[in-house]
Amino acid sequence: MSEHEHDHPHEPITNGDEPPAAARARAVEQLLIEKGVIRCEDVRERIDWLVSRSPGDGARLVARAWVDPDFKQRLLADARSAALELGLDPGPSPVVVAVENTDDVHHMVVCTLCSCYPRALLGPPPAWYKSLPYRSRAVSDPRAVLDEFGVELGDDVELRVLDSTADIRYLVMPRRPAGTEGMNEDELAALITRDAMIGVAQPAAPAPIG
Amino acid sequence: MTFAPGDMVRVADRPHTGHHRTPGYLKGKTGRIARVHAAFANPETRAYGADGLPRLPLYLVEFTGGDLWPSAPGRDRVCADLFEHWLEDAE
Repeated sequence: MSEHEHDHPHEPITNGDEPPAAARARAVEQLLIEKGVIRCEDVRERIDWLVSRSPGDGARLVARAWVDPDFKQRLLADARSAALELGLDPGPSPVVVAVENTDDVHHMVVCTLCSCYPRALLGPPPAWYKSLPYRSRAVSDPRAVLDEFGVELGDDVELRVLDSTADIRYLVMPRRPAGTEGMNEDELAALITRDAMIGVAQPAAPAPIG
Repeated sequence: MTFAPGDMVRVADRPHTGHHRTPGYLKGKTGRIARVHAAFANPETRAYGADGLPRLPLYLVEFTGGDLWPSAPGRDRVCADLFEHWLEDAE
């Protein structure tokens, strides 16, 4: 948004086929700036902060938890403090809660009402996470959704779907795959994907070389 | 905090005009308190510029999939974060 006096018209910078909701958001943003509620810089700083986050941050937390049982307990008890301990920025709010996948219990995360997501530790959510089919089917037919993502759960595994309806953001700690016993923390972190921390993928050990 | 982990609760089956964070698919359903989070500002008033005070207790409530969807396997769970004023004692 331009900050100079609007005594002349100019076209907004858009990608051409802007949906109505984006045009509305832009109009509201312009009004808030004109009324002095927020500054143009506030919006830009917030967007810069958001896109500077990446799943690599969450992966560092999980990898540390895989190699350090005491840290894992601290992560499960208070993910915010655990993130700060690793020098990660857990964001101002909301509260992050880490949940552990085991041989007996599998967690997956959805926000049926909108697109709540642990953005501070994972970055912006993928487009499919915000899609209506995922948001509805993750609670009504979660095993079929997992199957489509390539996760096969045994009938003896309890599936827990976490619907982030309020102030808590959930981060899934996936199971450490077999065959990774000799790997160090950085090597392990490289195996831990965004989807695994949403609970729709299971990390795999790298294929043996040669 | 009115409820403790293990307590059975029913989600109030009432309509609400305006912003709220209780999904329609859980209204009228019975679940179990899985976790007591903390107290948070009320999104129903905060959404309209108020401070959302007093803060309201927020619980993680777990439901059995089969109670929500006829097709869901019985052992799977759907868990959602629900504010106390949407929960009724179902003991």
